[in-house]
Amino acid sequence: MLDQYLGVIITFGFAAVIVGIMCGASMILGVHHPGPVKQQVFECGNPPTGPARGRFSVRFYLVAILFIVFDVEVVFLYPWAIVFRRLGVPGLVEMVVFIGVLAAGLAYVWKKGALAWD
Amino acid sequence: MWADAAIAAVKSLVMLLLALNLTVLLLWVERKGSALIQDRIGANRANIFGGILPFNLGIVNTLIADPIKMFTKEDVIPAGADKLLHFFGPFLAVFPVLVTFAAVPFGDVLVIGGREINLQVAELNVGILYVLAMPGLSVYGVVLGGWATNSRWSLLGAIRGSAQMISYEIAMGLGLIGAILVFGTLDLQAIARAQGATIWGVIPAWGIIYQPLGFLIFLVAGIAETKRVPFDLPEGESELTSGYFTEYSGSKQATYMMSDFAEIVVVSALATTLFFGAWQVPYLARDGFHFPGGFALALPQVVVVVMQVASFVLKVLILCCFQILVRWSLPRYRYDQLMDLGWKTLLPLALANVLITAIVIVLAG
Amino acid sequence: MGPVTFFLLATALVVSALTVVVHPNPVKSAMALVATLFLLAVEFVFLGAHMIAALQVIVYAGAIMVLFLFVIMLLNLSDEEAEARRRGRALFRIGAWIGGGVLAAELAALFLRVPFPAPAAPPAGYGGAESVATALFVDYALPFELTSILLLIAVIGTVVLAQRRAS
Repeated sequence: MLDQYLGVIITFGFAAVIVGIMCGASMILGVHHPGPVKQQVFECGNPPTGPARGRFSVRFYLVAILFIVFDVEVVFLYPWAIVFRRLGVPGLVEMVVFIGVLAAGLAYVWKKGALAWD
Repeated sequence: MWADAAIAAVKSLVMLLLALNLTVLLLWVERKGSALIQDRIGANRANIFGGILPFNLGIVNTLIADPIKMFTKEDVIPAGADKLLHFFGPFLAVFPVLVTFAAVPFGDVLVIGGREINLQVAELNVGILYVLAMPGLSVYGVVLGGWATNSRWSLLGAIRGSAQMISYEIAMGLGLIGAILVFGTLDLQAIARAQGATIWGVIPAWGIIYQPLGFLIFLVAGIAETKRVPFDLPEGESELTSGYFTEYSGSKQATYMMSDFAEIVVVSALATTLFFGAWQVPYLARDGFHFPGGFALALPQVVVVVMQVASFVLKVLILCCFQILVRWSLPRYRYDQLMDLGWKTLLPLALANVLITAIVIVLAG
Repeated sequence: MGPVTFFLLATALVVSALTVVVHPNPVKSAMALVATLFLLAVEFVFLGAHMIAALQVIVYAGAIMVLFLFVIMLLNLSDEEAEARRRGRALFRIGAWIGGGVLAAELAALFLRVPFPAPAAPPAGYGGAESVATALFVDYALPFELTSILLLIAVIGTVVLAQRRAS
């Protein structure tokens, strides 16, 4: 049963080595001449103004929460899709109710303007 | 046990090298293909070591020179940046994408010395969930990349990019559910094998015939996931320089660029597996061709396997070229148009697709 | 899978979890939490629950931790102040170490003294997608529908919170 994952672990190992080499190559092969001007962040020629990490719009937080909710919905849809043929019409009704409730949530968010970006 | 491990290692190397080679090939297709589309010559020469090479192989010179340049450039880390996260940003952008290939089948069964080798690195019976989980982790590559560099513009690009990626991940997941309803399993190899059947004896039962809308939703969401034009605002070449990977140089930037192409290959590979019959050649079974008229042509097993693997690679390549074509043809979406497309158009469409498919299946019995 | 693999995994898990708690930088702490959740998913695979392992990565490590990172970045949390850590919290830390030590001693005594019987072999198809799906939609259909109401409440609550802050 665990033999299934042997390939996964081996692939993890190979991919980690390959990507690690790719990321680390210029750290090893490249020259190292750090200087104050070179290490300034890039702002199209102007010196950096102010602290780097300001506050951002709360809409991103809203998108993240909506993503969680709908991700959970998708995650429920996958097992349903497998046993669907065995469940028949009652299974369909169950899922229609589930999707309906969440679609109502989406409609609410839509109408409240929380999905509008300006 | 060791024989199993060795076989798995060989398959894994084959798949990873396939993915990486396709990525590099796509670089060439992108540069020359875009030149073709835009009616110009494109890159066709590069001076390596001051012109030591007496011949000019066209763009191959550039493809040799570019990686050498990128890997030997200085790795500039901005002052105040977090060195550990600076390394892990590009790492997490590419690593989950490469690992996804472990579940994708690239052929049917190869029989060597009485041993049946399933041409899929890991025969997971929750294959589709694995394939959905791994690219979801590449969001961290974007987020960490922007955060680690202590630069306001990179962070803005990173947050926008990750918000875009998670918005379209839902549409991607939902687009696949129609196909799963039709095939009834999460195992990718089983889905690939199921597409060998024929409808009414003539038409190969590929996923796209059952789920055209699902394929469209998946493809659009996939292109948005890869943050390519027309959805490349987080990269915002004319606005944010390079967005979240502005402050990366040398091989780390090469890794981020590679993540772009690797994600194209992954999206194409998944679309091929679920909607275009994976490695199936129409009418080709394990022992040879079986044409609808009743005519059959027997072929040795090795020839069949080679044809199937070649068919898989060809289909993936065609879808990749299509994505490159889309990139050079369409203008860029504005950010609010982009999010509207994800939440207000693709999500309801995908839900409707699932419901309609389910109703049709129940009615058809 | 033998005890060697298990102890390797367990060590990695404990180290990762300790990093979450101990590290002063919130972003690195969050990434250590992602690693912990991922290793937990690997643990689920060892226990035979493939479906739940995949769902753990998709929902927990893939969605909820993204939310955590967004919040950390939105609130612009900075590293814990090293001075305040050292000075004002000494009593706290001593108490935490004592409490943790007592708990660890209790657990060790429990596991060393109580004989655990060998577990019965799980039924065929255990932890696979079909059995989870059947259980979910046939046996536990009502809790499943109630989950949708719960998610709806979460969505409405978020919208209310965000609107109040904006206005």
